[in-house]
Amino acid sequence: MIGIVDYGRGNLRSVEKALEKVGFEATIMASPTELSTVNGLILPGVGAFADAMQALGQGGWIEPLTQFARSGRPFLGICLGMQILFEIGEEHGEHAGLGLLTGRVVKFPRGRKVPHMGWNSLRLEQPSHLLEGIPNESYFYFVHSYYAEPGEKKDIVATSDYGVVVPAVVGKDNVWGAQFHPEKSSPWGLQILTNFGKWVNEDDTLSSHRS
Amino acid sequence: MLSKRIIPCLDVHEGRVVKGTNFVQLRDAGDPVELAALYDQEGADELIFLDITASSDNRETMVDVVRRTAEQVFIPFTIGGGLRTIEDIRRMLRAGADKIALNTSAVQNPRLIQEGAHAFGSQCIVVAIDARTSAPGQWEVYIHGGRTATGKDVLEWAAEAEALGAGEILLTSMDRDGTKIGYELELTRAVSRAVSLPVIASGGVGTLEHLAEGLTLGEADAVLAASIFHYKEYSIEEAKRYLAQRGILVRHS
Repeated sequence: MIGIVDYGRGNLRSVEKALEKVGFEATIMASPTELSTVNGLILPGVGAFADAMQALGQGGWIEPLTQFARSGRPFLGICLGMQILFEIGEEHGEHAGLGLLTGRVVKFPRGRKVPHMGWNSLRLEQPSHLLEGIPNESYFYFVHSYYAEPGEKKDIVATSDYGVVVPAVVGKDNVWGAQFHPEKSSPWGLQILTNFGKWVNEDDTLSSHRS
Repeated sequence: MLSKRIIPCLDVHEGRVVKGTNFVQLRDAGDPVELAALYDQEGADELIFLDITASSDNRETMVDVVRRTAEQVFIPFTIGGGLRTIEDIRRMLRAGADKIALNTSAVQNPRLIQEGAHAFGSQCIVVAIDARTSAPGQWEVYIHGGRTATGKDVLEWAAEAEALGAGEILLTSMDRDGTKIGYELELTRAVSRAVSLPVIASGGVGTLEHLAEGLTLGEADAVLAASIFHYKEYSIEEAKRYLAQRGILVRHS
């Protein structure tokens, strides 16, 4: 079972329906107490960095999400949900993120339209199970006004070109993020959700063997 | 690199897609959800549903269309028509819409843009502007489906909408709408230069050449079309192939 974090910020229904479409069961979780019941987690999000962190704080999510990440179970942040995986966001002042990945989230330099909105192509920087079967230069739907600058170059799995190099997929161990919306990026976005779902299921098999 | 978007527009009346040469003669053109799924398969980059009934009694029907679309369509879609309050916006987003287009309500209550952007993020607030030429190189904003002049200058209103937090501008030329002689390129270019937001050109498209012009000479980020796709004059695929041949970057799936 894949949990989708409901903290009032994000198009949860789209993520849930897209997972259903590719054959995985998902549950929208209104409380962190439900985290123990899921094998994988999706953190969606739209809006502003500080506002999202505040909403997570009010919902009592921050510590449980950190613990979930430490548990080794697959964790995927989408769009703003990816951005808040980092240490610091520079949207309307400096704000602390979850700090599960090192680096900051910064504003686009002048000279381009903001938000970065629409379909951009992916450049695969290194192989990963999340992007299995995804061709280089395939298109995904982005909409964001800030972008990540990971502290560790090896955490960057795929990038997109918007005049600056935008980290599009980041990941380290079990914690991953997509700057685009896989749930809105038919058909390749659905492939990524399939890969994530399979990973969650495989991981589940492993953990039940261990116990 | 970011590609240019092709956006089919579906006019919805009482839960059905309609098309007609004028507002009197509406012809049923099928189930909006089926049509949306078809456009998704054909490679449309995004969809817009305009609720042309837009009465409050009809709102439930539209919410249902949105909910069913979200189950089958995995590209972004926008809902417009008669949305007046934060609660109206919230319902559509919760039902699965990605963006909301505000037109009359945004002009009458500009704070709605600000409050919507604050509550749900700029990315989901599209300000739709119906523009009509008032003097050479000048355009006036119209509301109520083009029936009421507002005295507002289009370029000023677009800049104000951006300052209030809009994430995108859907620009319709009333002079060109339904004419099939091409987008109003001067207007599109002027608005595109007046704001740093993505601009969707609308009104007047009749050929694939017009789509290309909107994206190049009009400097638009996306082009909206209704009849050329509904009447199957061209498929989305054909449109994309044509644009690619013209050297315009489009998404291929």
